[in-house]
Amino acid sequence: MTATQKVKFYQVGSFAVGNRLLDADQRTVQSDVSRHNTITSGHRACQGCGEALGARYVLDAAMRVTGGKLVAVNATGCLEVFTTPYPESSWQLPWVHSLFGNAAAVATGVAAALKAQGRDDIRVLAQAGDGGTVDIGFGCLSGMFERNDDVLFVCYDNQAYMNTGVQRSGATPAAARTATTEAVGPEPGNPFGQGKDMAALAMAHGIGYVATATVSDLHDLEAKVERAMDFHGARYLHVLVPCPLGWGSNSADTIRVARLATESGLFPVYEAEYGTVTAASPIRHRVPVEDYLRLQRRFRHLFDSSGAVKRPDIVAKLQQLANRNIDRFGLLTNEVA
Amino acid sequence: MLRQLEGSRAVAMAVAACRPQVVCAYPITPQTHIVEGVGEMVKSGELAGCEFINVESEFAAMSVAIGASAAGSRAYTATSSQGLLFMIEAVYNAGGLGLPVVMTLANRAIGAPINIWNDHSDAMAVRDAGWVMLFAESNQEATDLHIQAFRLAEDLSLPVMVNMDGFVLTHATERIDVPTQEQVDAFLPPFEPRQVLDPADPVTIGALVGPEAFTEVRFLAHAKQIQAIGHIREVADEFAEAFGRRAGGLVNTYRAEDADVVVVALGSILGTIKDVADQMRERGTKVGVVGITSFRPFPLDALHEAIGDARRVVVIERAFSIGFGGVLSTDVALAIADGRARISTVVAGLGGRAVPEAAIAGVIEDAVAGRLEALRFVDLDRGVVERELARMAGDRHSGPSAENVLRDLRAVASRSV
Amino acid sequence: MDKPFAITLDVGTSLANKTGSWRVDRPVYVDRMPPCNDGCPAGENIQGWLYYVEEGDYEQAWRRLVEDNPMPAIMGRVCYHPCETACNRAKLDEAVGINAVERFLGDQAIEHGWSFGFVAPPSEKKVLVIGSGPAGLSAAYHLRRLGHAVTIYEAGWALGGMMRFGIPKYRLPREVLDAEIRRICALGVEVELGHKVTDVPEEMRAGGFDAVFMAVGAQLGKRAYLPAGDSAHVIDAVSLLHSMEGFDPPSLGRRVAIYGGGDTAMDAARTAKRLGATDAVVVYRRTRERMPAHDIEVEEAVEEGVLMKWLSTIADVDFDKGRIVIEKMALDETGFPQPTGEFEELDADCVVLALGQESDLSLLASMPEVVVVDGSVQVGPDLMTGRSGVFAGGDVLPVDRTVTTAVGNGKKAARAIDAWLRGESLAKPVRHELAGFELLNTWYYSDAPRMERPRLEVARRTSTFDEIVQGLDETNALFEARRCMSCGNCFECDNCFGVCPDNAVVNLGFGNRYRFEYDYCKGCGICVSECPCGAIVMEPELA
Repeated sequence: MTATQKVKFYQVGSFAVGNRLLDADQRTVQSDVSRHNTITSGHRACQGCGEALGARYVLDAAMRVTGGKLVAVNATGCLEVFTTPYPESSWQLPWVHSLFGNAAAVATGVAAALKAQGRDDIRVLAQAGDGGTVDIGFGCLSGMFERNDDVLFVCYDNQAYMNTGVQRSGATPAAARTATTEAVGPEPGNPFGQGKDMAALAMAHGIGYVATATVSDLHDLEAKVERAMDFHGARYLHVLVPCPLGWGSNSADTIRVARLATESGLFPVYEAEYGTVTAASPIRHRVPVEDYLRLQRRFRHLFDSSGAVKRPDIVAKLQQLANRNIDRFGLLTNEVA
Repeated sequence: MLRQLEGSRAVAMAVAACRPQVVCAYPITPQTHIVEGVGEMVKSGELAGCEFINVESEFAAMSVAIGASAAGSRAYTATSSQGLLFMIEAVYNAGGLGLPVVMTLANRAIGAPINIWNDHSDAMAVRDAGWVMLFAESNQEATDLHIQAFRLAEDLSLPVMVNMDGFVLTHATERIDVPTQEQVDAFLPPFEPRQVLDPADPVTIGALVGPEAFTEVRFLAHAKQIQAIGHIREVADEFAEAFGRRAGGLVNTYRAEDADVVVVALGSILGTIKDVADQMRERGTKVGVVGITSFRPFPLDALHEAIGDARRVVVIERAFSIGFGGVLSTDVALAIADGRARISTVVAGLGGRAVPEAAIAGVIEDAVAGRLEALRFVDLDRGVVERELARMAGDRHSGPSAENVLRDLRAVASRSV
Repeated sequence: MDKPFAITLDVGTSLANKTGSWRVDRPVYVDRMPPCNDGCPAGENIQGWLYYVEEGDYEQAWRRLVEDNPMPAIMGRVCYHPCETACNRAKLDEAVGINAVERFLGDQAIEHGWSFGFVAPPSEKKVLVIGSGPAGLSAAYHLRRLGHAVTIYEAGWALGGMMRFGIPKYRLPREVLDAEIRRICALGVEVELGHKVTDVPEEMRAGGFDAVFMAVGAQLGKRAYLPAGDSAHVIDAVSLLHSMEGFDPPSLGRRVAIYGGGDTAMDAARTAKRLGATDAVVVYRRTRERMPAHDIEVEEAVEEGVLMKWLSTIADVDFDKGRIVIEKMALDETGFPQPTGEFEELDADCVVLALGQESDLSLLASMPEVVVVDGSVQVGPDLMTGRSGVFAGGDVLPVDRTVTTAVGNGKKAARAIDAWLRGESLAKPVRHELAGFELLNTWYYSDAPRMERPRLEVARRTSTFDEIVQGLDETNALFEARRCMSCGNCFECDNCFGVCPDNAVVNLGFGNRYRFEYDYCKGCGICVSECPCGAIVMEPELA
């Protein structure tokens, strides 16, 4: 079903980062001592930052599959700020930051230049947060998609403008508290009925490869980066990266929360080619949405102090959204190892 | 190679001869013919090894150029007015990063109200962005300046903007000596970037710089532009020797050495001013003309020298700072700050209004006679503005001024028919 | 490259920023006690030897196992596997089939002829082991490997104790038993069969022994008073099973009643069926839930057609009529069975008594210092009796009467004797914290149902004494071993190495685990959350 081959019988199967019992080619790039560490230590991300982790995952995989022939273009945002405060840079590849909304266009320029120079064996990866993708970056992104420029665009979605203090973006989920959608009043948190399904928008452009992924399934994420690099032309990868600060979750729970997002159905994990869904990752152990929501203070207003649901109406609506995803992508099959 | 062709077309041919590797384009009147010209040459194969990208906005256009330049390719784009403002974040970005992008700015008024004709308000909006800004007086000079621009940009590692008056130059068909490929190749070597994105030698471009170093970065940019003043002169001299005609440089003077009154301006209006100067010289008034070619870096010393002992300076400008006054004249005033000459700002040609010789002659005469006030709007229709001011004072819901003025003008015009 | 000041930076310059200073807690690698190891009466390092099985290195796994227990092929057939009861995997899907894998290893060793390794240089000490059941054999093995001269005095005509004379062949084939005993003796253990000890101090003097380990077991069946007394139709289960080892199988008749509810009763009943009884009925005074027999014994017995008569006692016997009279019982509030006065008749040609076993402690006669309470020898924590140099273990002690417990006693005693002979006391091993299920992150383990060992069909089982339970083949044994979650101990899954957002875990290479790079670790705790086996804890950062 998915790009990865699920390995049965082995102690931790295809879920853990590595495993001494697996052949090297079945382990992740992250398990390799010689992984590139494209973002190295000393960066200023918060403890437990999902974006720092997700970006290293994506870029190490991309560096592996391109043999190190990679250029990265970064939008303004947390990732850019915590990795390049003068005089320290934690990047270990050629990297450029221009503005907030133009990562896709700058990447188009880089790709065009490399092509004109006859060096298009060097691949281009553009990356931005959700704000820099679905809101301020959307115009340039749509243009890049429409022209089918040879760029892999990666969105690290932590579902709000985190670097500026947790403000609502077009990717903020319903009912979530942000600084501009406070949890007060009769409709606390972000309103229902808004928001962009960026992966669907990417698919609507008909580009070769679109996929969603999270930091909780490393094998899947790496396989998708690898698959994306099989294609030339515009490609899009949407990675869910929890933000302990903005989501109000425990710094140790970053991967766990991402896992619950997929297991509840709220964040469907799938791939599409040329506008059609080709595979979806089945939910392994389904959970009700409240198990996911309860771990995050941005949804605290839905629960009382004992942890019981105090706004069942809102939780029910969120559960409906999850159910819709499960139906739409067929996320519940027989539980697969 | 002498050709009879539209200014835009000549510029396109000059740009193509400079062998850009990435050209990106978003349509906006009146620059569009330039990029259309380059695009056609790419598509036909006449300009080989170039990626021509139809971007979705001007913001994307400058961003694409930034990316291309950072990746080591010669990059070019063109815009005007609203388009320039739409990309202004990226214009500052290119300036700050020191990427040698070349852009043609076909000068056009900025709205509201929307106006597609020529003035210099667009250029003035970005004068602090760290770009070298050159103004062409004629289509020949516009053609020639583009070739110098790539050379300057890459020598200095700074972006360069070539300004040419929209419609007046871009859409004028005239005889232009278009440089050949061989001439350009001899003058402009291949691009060797100062910093480049290369997996073999990776760097991080575009760091976050805090208070502890930001001032130094800005100072260095300024120092570089001051250094550029000398280099602009050198490149112009080199061009003259290679191509056999003058173009570019810092300022160009016309009969200014013994002038009593000097008229200073930017761009194509200088042609008309020079004709008026000749006529007035014949009638006995010692008029001189100083055209500023390099607006940024601003050539204070060269301008000071050009103005010399003239007692009166008249700055004719096609731009205006609302709530204050002239823009160019403020810069010019700094060059003559030792106070011997009196300076007047003459605002003319806003939004593409024609500036007849008579009008220019009129203000010069007034200047000589001591009748020229500090700030004058040439050919202002006093009746229309006074009616509108009265209306605004009397009626809170007086509506938008622009609409009222247009209605007035039509009513007045229809009445007079 | 001539980089513009401040705008363009060199790669990797962030390493100058030691973000470790942000921490308030730091992660630390720990080793915890896995519940399987914790629950094994023989003290095996189960997780330790499973580790090698997972890699397919069966010989290394066997060698690790026999560091503690010399008889895995036997254990894999007769042990009641409290390790599996404790196994954390049971809380996820099903317990790891440790017992099956142990058997596999034992069978592999026999098949490939692996011999025990290292024996320490001679210690010049001699130890006497009385009894060759599991306790005695285990003690002999460990003592011999520690370099001592060991002699076993066995009262019977063959080695093995209850393993040979109490456990039926269908559970423990004699070839397997013989192979593992032979291997122990091959270390150089001296054996004297038919040598019953009646005076321990005298035997020690005569043999020049420096210490003695008494492992005589509990081989006397308890007798209850039945009206037909010493009739030939009443025999005790222990004797019955003992006599199965001879050359004349006993004849029990068509209908056999077995009196008692323990494992021995089950063994006797199932043996009776195999000897040709049409009916084998277990008569037990309480209920199924209160039967001391292990569940698996009862299940297999029932599968084989053994009938159960709960809440019944034998009131009278009349073998001329071929019947016995049973009285129905009822449990009172304390759970104790009380007679109801209702009687029933049951067809029976003989009665087999399985009412418990006692030890023959006649050998203690000349040692008044050795304390006996309720028929069990009292010992200290080092298994030494009241008499210095005299140790005891196995069924003579008030312990669980299982082979595994006895094997564990033998090891413990051997080590205690070894320490005593050197004039030292036994060091208490450091006990790590138990690796409870809640410490694991079980997400990472593949869904993998347990492999069951195939069994003979019932019909075939009851007609022969062929071994009922077959072993796992290699693929299945490997699979089963790999279901082990390595609770509490790092098995190098690379999770911590991969999930650190700050790249602050150093992979020291296969076999060397990992190290935290505390210069950069921000103390977020993701490694702790995502360690599948609970081998990392957060500790407060010291000043």
